[in-house]
Amino acid sequence: MFKAIADYFKEIYQTIRGLLVGMGVTGKYIAHARREIITQEYPDNRDTLQMFERFRGEVVLLHNEDNEHRCTGCSACEVACPNGSIEIIWARREDPETGKKKKQLETFVYHLSMCTMCNLCILACPTDAIKMGHNFEHAVFDRSQLTKVLNRPGSRLEKGVEE
Amino acid sequence: MSELVLTGPETETALTQEYFINMGPQHPSTHGVLRLVLTIDGEIIRRVEPHIGYIHRSIEKMCEHDSYRQIVHLTDRMDYLSCHMNNEAVCLAVEQALQIEVPERVKVIRTIVSELTRLASHQLWWGVMGMDLGAITSFLYGFRDREMINDIFEETCGARLTMNYNVPGGLMFDIHPNFQKRTKDFVAHFCTKLPEYDRLLSDNPIFRSRTEGVGYLSKEDAIGYGVTGPSGRASGFACDVRKRLPYSAYPQVEFTEIIRTEGDCFARYKARILEMWESLRIIEQLIDNIPEGEFQAPTKQVLKLPKGEYYQRVETARGDFGVYIISEGNKSPYRLKFRSPGFSNLFVLDKVARGSKIADLVAIMSTFDYVMPDIDR
Ligand code: SF4
Ligand code: SF4
Repeated sequence: MFKAIADYFKEIYQTIRGLLVGMGVTGKYIAHARREIITQEYPDNRDTLQMFERFRGEVVLLHNEDNEHRCTGCSACEVACPNGSIEIIWARREDPETGKKKKQLETFVYHLSMCTMCNLCILACPTDAIKMGHNFEHAVFDRSQLTKVLNRPGSRLEKGVEE
Repeated sequence: MSELVLTGPETETALTQEYFINMGPQHPSTHGVLRLVLTIDGEIIRRVEPHIGYIHRSIEKMCEHDSYRQIVHLTDRMDYLSCHMNNEAVCLAVEQALQIEVPERVKVIRTIVSELTRLASHQLWWGVMGMDLGAITSFLYGFRDREMINDIFEETCGARLTMNYNVPGGLMFDIHPNFQKRTKDFVAHFCTKLPEYDRLLSDNPIFRSRTEGVGYLSKEDAIGYGVTGPSGRASGFACDVRKRLPYSAYPQVEFTEIIRTEGDCFARYKARILEMWESLRIIEQLIDNIPEGEFQAPTKQVLKLPKGEYYQRVETARGDFGVYIISEGNKSPYRLKFRSPGFSNLFVLDKVARGSKIADLVAIMSTFDYVMPDIDR
């Protein structure tokens, strides 16, 4: 009987103590609310937002100032891609300088909606023509906008890049 | 007014009737799209029938058309909280088949990243567990600490969740120069935060009375149903693949396999908390001793596995994950089967939850730590 009453009060004491210890933790963070902020106010910090160098946001085809890219149209990336996000359309064209017929990139189609950002295409490319871009704001109103042509209009193959 | 006729088992105080309700497929505490058909008698659960398939993507079938390099990234989409370990399992199986000896550096980095993934997974589980039982604070704290790990992953692997950092033969990139510093910062930071987890939740009397003695799973049933991972070890089933069949750098590190015998929800909870300390210990042992060397072993461009069958097991955050490859000598497997820990852990639910209350079911499911894409694949 006496023990039961003692246990009863012991339990109440332990419960209150346990709750206060837990509240001590939360209280500490209320008191030092400024010290450990890890969240970022995203749309407001867009100008200063710096992604990590290896961040994978989308596949981009690099162009230099003269509107030249390094893609030879070899289709290695298309083969490496696990889900068919890349379609390389190429044609045999005459090289204006040598006069020989050569494989050339016509259109680099990239289906962003299917891409899983696995990086395999980047690893497969023999000429480092493509790279992972840092843009992650991909929301659009229509799905068709997610199918992109990556080579810019009028762009050519950079000189000296061989398959 | 006609008299209501009740059928069913008669209790001392009232006539009751068994009926069934659906929990899910859209229910916050099922952690994904899982439908549970509960046969209940008042508040008491008589039977639990899990219905899965809502997020089935036929990953195993897709693997039959993909090359071995491409398969790796699909495993990210299964148990996304243990994605690195899943990747590693496929890579180890391919390396075993092709007899590729990966450099020491790769083994150590793989182990460190695996343990970081395990920590991130357990942190998320801890936060969600608290939230399932009504404590939203733990969710915020769990995510706060997980953020540091995500930053490490983003810097080194390029992605925060589906990292795809392993390739057959090694790693996709070498570690980032900041990797070691960031990891050490994280370990120092988290060593001070983990005791807070205990103060906030483990020692909370309300939390304890909701988990202690609830959802008992015996050792025999754990073995019988193949419940692995922290859930199995909480029932006394020594099933840690890292100890039983060590792979990567696990043979060279010291850590304790956490085994508890109570088998209830609190034991499963405690097993995971203690496992986090062990993960920190493993990282501390390895982070200063990353050997110099290559981050990839030389491999052929197109990987063709010799004809045969290959099986590789790893320990993910949820348990024993297995990859079984049957190769006909082509560049894609003839058949690929994943043994996912979540599947076995889910189907023991009926056994565990019978006789407990509906509110207990939420606690039980939380401590088994289900990730639905892992179960459905
Ligand atoms: S990142 Fe992966 S999924 Fe995306 S285009 Fe490249 S290979 Fe295909
Ligand atoms: S692998 Fe590189 S060079 Fe070849 S088609 Fe793709 S982007 Fe062009």
